[in-house]
Formats: sequence, structure tokens, C-alpha cells
Amino acid sequence: MNNLIPFRTLVVKEIYRFVRIWPQTLLPPAITTTLYFLIFGKLMGDRIGTINGASYMDYIVPGIILMSVISHAYSNVVSSFYSTKFQRNIEELIVAPVPNWVILAGYVSGGVMRGLLVGVVVGLIAMLFADLSIHSLLITVSMAILTATLFALAGFINAVLAESFDDISIIPNFVLTPLSYLGGVFYSVSMLPGIWQSISMGNPILYMVNAFRYGFIGISDIDIQLSFLMTGGFVVLLTLFSLYLLHKGTGIKQ
Amino acid sequence: MKALSIHNLKKTYRNGFEALKGIDLDVETGDFFALLGPNGAGKSTAIGIISSLVNASSGSVSIFGHDLFKERSKAKSCIGLVPQEINFNQFDTVKSILLNQAGYYGTPRKLAMQRTEQCLKQMDLWDKRDTISRRLSGGMKRRVMIARAMVHAPKLLILDEPTAGVDIEIRRSMWKMMEEVNQQGTTIILTTHYLEEAESLCRNIAIIDQGRIVEHSDMKSLLARLNVDHFVLDLAQPLLAAPELDGFKIEQIGDKILDVAVPKESGLNELFKQLSERQIQVLSLKNKTNRLEQLFMDLVDSKTGRASS
Repeated sequence: MNNLIPFRTLVVKEIYRFVRIWPQTLLPPAITTTLYFLIFGKLMGDRIGTINGASYMDYIVPGIILMSVISHAYSNVVSSFYSTKFQRNIEELIVAPVPNWVILAGYVSGGVMRGLLVGVVVGLIAMLFADLSIHSLLITVSMAILTATLFALAGFINAVLAESFDDISIIPNFVLTPLSYLGGVFYSVSMLPGIWQSISMGNPILYMVNAFRYGFIGISDIDIQLSFLMTGGFVVLLTLFSLYLLHKGTGIKQ
Repeated sequence: MKALSIHNLKKTYRNGFEALKGIDLDVETGDFFALLGPNGAGKSTAIGIISSLVNASSGSVSIFGHDLFKERSKAKSCIGLVPQEINFNQFDTVKSILLNQAGYYGTPRKLAMQRTEQCLKQMDLWDKRDTISRRLSGGMKRRVMIARAMVHAPKLLILDEPTAGVDIEIRRSMWKMMEEVNQQGTTIILTTHYLEEAESLCRNIAIIDQGRIVEHSDMKSLLARLNVDHFVLDLAQPLLAAPELDGFKIEQIGDKILDVAVPKESGLNELFKQLSERQIQVLSLKNKTNRLEQLFMDLVDSKTGRASS
């Protein structure tokens, strides 16, 4: 069977889903990040001055864009796949001759598309507040795609293992949000006292934010190669784990 | 070629419940086959395994010659499933439900559009194609499920209690649709609690109980085994007690109503002869129970050692 057709069907369905409910999916990040740029970037940033030679506004813009990409890539897949499970229309896919990797690729692609679209929306809003420049388009785009893929995969695993709607809100609220805020979005890790610097190095989001920021303004606290290696490594690990869960039928088969 | 061939299929759930204890089942191509059994007998588990929704513990399943566990994709392509419960996305339009389903089966877009139109027209749903599915009536939702299962032109259509909870008018129109689909060459496996449905539609039958096949034969020979018919007689005059007739078991269930068990070898003529001799005038009679229902109860009770109620 031609697997391109079921893959395209799934991706189109996923994109249509988040575009159809744009007031829930695309509008909130636009409003939230406008407030970030206004309060942190404009009002407070003017008093903070520069970080590593960049204005505070220029420094925080990449982190805020990537934070939006992370949360929306994750929430798209976790809510879509869990709803599919909850309504039992996942059975449509299980009964059909769709290979597990196509199911995974379809949902993850939908999450990546939403993450990137939200990233573009936030980037456009950022242009109202800062003169955005791109130091390396390749690094910016590839890190955005890798990060969106990683968190779409994480959302997929969360949805597969979740048994209630509470289970799909625990990780975003208690893990993703704290890690994002502590991932060097609003500050340089070099501004932290010694022990907190070491603790921060255990936060994977720090690596992604710094690589993404490097793509914009050429400044990073972290080695870029290490960031790509780590993010890519996590993508491979989570892909294999997701395929294992689908193969076992965890959460979707008896 | 056999549409479905199951050999020694077993399923034990994680909690230790043995839902299937090694069943063997063959369904011929083009058949209209009934799979019956009481609640919890193992019907849904068997259908779940055939449609890949449940993992088998052991055994083999072959669909049109393709081993379900070794040639999964080819085997799955042959099947269309109408599950018991509504399981399509209730926020999608009727048309998009079918188009997505066709896409999952690798049907090219142009052909998918043609098949969607054809199936929706066959199910009398074409004028509802752009309606959000949750706004449809219960009967329409059932028909959407059948249309969805047929959109990729499956060779084997499995209907798991497709008419549960729908009114008699819709049920009869669905029977007609199922007969048409079968006449067009699609093999159908039907599970149902309406035994008259199985009796009027199906040519072959298997009865499953407590994880075992207790009967597997053609409908005619199964019904031929039934040697007693129950009739309810409406009388012209009230009776004080049920009359005693030779060769007939009679129960009075009202002043002017009798329940009579008529053995095939005696027949209705003998019954009316004896009633006439006792000046008992009958205004009308009706068959008390569905014949298959009687057989079903007898088989399930005798082969599992349960006392007949």
C-alpha cells in the first residue's frame, strides 16, 4: 500500500483541526507573547540594558518564540491524540492498514506544523517590538524543527500513557512550564550563582533556547554542536519509545 | 477461498479472564454469516482480534488467505468494521469522516470522492454530507458507520450489533442495505442480539458461549432441529383452567389466552381437532417466540450445563 496517502490524510486532518479552532490554538499565543514583549521587553528591558552585548528585547525574543513552539507542538499532539483515544476514533487507524510509523509521523507532523506556525505568528509580533535579524537561517530553522519534533513526540507519549484528561495537563503544567521559564529564556545562565549554573545545565530546554538564540543574534551560553547533538539524540530516543508503545498497543489495545 | 479462517484462537486478558478458549471458525467467501452469543461470551473479543483492536494470546487468523499476524497490511485491507459503539469524530462532517477513512486505506483522492458519494447515496445520507456528525440522529450515525466501513470497498464486512438501539423502521431499511451489499459480493459477518435479524439475513451461523463455539452450521439445518413451536391462542370464551390435550403442553396465561407448545410431529391440525372436540373456539393465534431464539437458548443452556429458564 502507498503509505504516502494515509500520512497525507493524517497531516491534513491535524492541520485542519488546529486551524479550525484558531481562537483556541493560534490567538492565545499571540496575545500572551505580546504581553511578554510589552512588559518584559519594553517596560523592564529598557531598564535592564544589555546581556552579552545584545539589547534585552533582542535577547529574549528567540527564547519566547521557542517557548511558544515547545508548548504548542506538545499540546497539539497530546490533546489531539488523547481526544482520538477518548472518542475511540483511534480505532479507525488501528483497524486500517496504517503502519505504526505512519501514525506517529502523522501526529508528530501535525504538532510540528502547529509549533512552527505559532513560532511564525510570535515572530511577526516580535517584529513590532524589535529589529529581528537572522545570524544563521539554517541553525534557526533546523533547531525550531528539531525542538518542535522533540516536544511533539513527548506529547504523543504523554497522550498514549494518559488515562484521564488530568494526565494530559500534569506534564505541561508541572514540567514543561517550569523548565521553559528556567531554560534561559529571560536571562543568561552566566548571570546565575555557581550551583544554579550547574543545575541549569541539566535542563535540556536551555540547550535548545541557546542554539535557537544563536541562530538569531549569534550569542549562546552553550556549545551549539552539543545542543544539536543532545536534541537530536532525544528525538531518536523518543521516536523509538513511541514506536515501542504503538507496537505493544499500550493504552490503545487490549 | 475462505473469507475468514480462525484456528485455535485464544485470548486471556491481563486480569486472567479467559475470553476465548481456542475457537475454530470458517466463513466462506460471499457468505452472510451470523456470530451469536450471550453477553460476555467472547463475540466482541473475537471480532476485536480479527479487526486488530485486541491482541490475541495464541492461534491464527487468516483473511482471504492472508495471515493476520504475518501479512497484517494485506489482511487488514480486506476488512471493513462497523463497531458496536459510535466511534467516529463527532466534530467532523459526514463527508470528511468517509474521505479520511478512504485515505487511511490508501485510496487516491479522486477515487475516494467517488466512493464517498456512492456509499453515502447507498446509505441515503448524501444530503447530509456536509452536516457535522454529532448533529445526526442515532439511526443516521449508525448508517454513517456502515458507509465508513464500506468506503474502501472491503471484501469482508464485519457488523457488530449494527442495529442496536434503532427503531424497527430504520432496522428494516438497514437489513435491506446489508442484503444489497451482500448480493454485490461482499462477505458479511453479523453479530446481533436480534435473533430474528440473524434468522432472516444469514445463511450460516456460529454460536459462541463462554469462550467456545457451541454450534457452527448452516441456518436451515439448525432451524430444522427445532421440534417444538410455541403459539399463543386468543379464545372466544374465557376458561376456568387450561384444557388437557394429548401430546400438547398448555399453559393458561390469561382468561382467554393459552400458550401451547406444538411438537412438529403433532401439528396444528391435531391441536385444533382436540380443541374443537372440547368446544373451545380460537379467534386468532401467533407464534410466541422467534424460532432461532428458542434454539439459541436450548443450545446455550444444554452445551454449557445451565438450567433452562
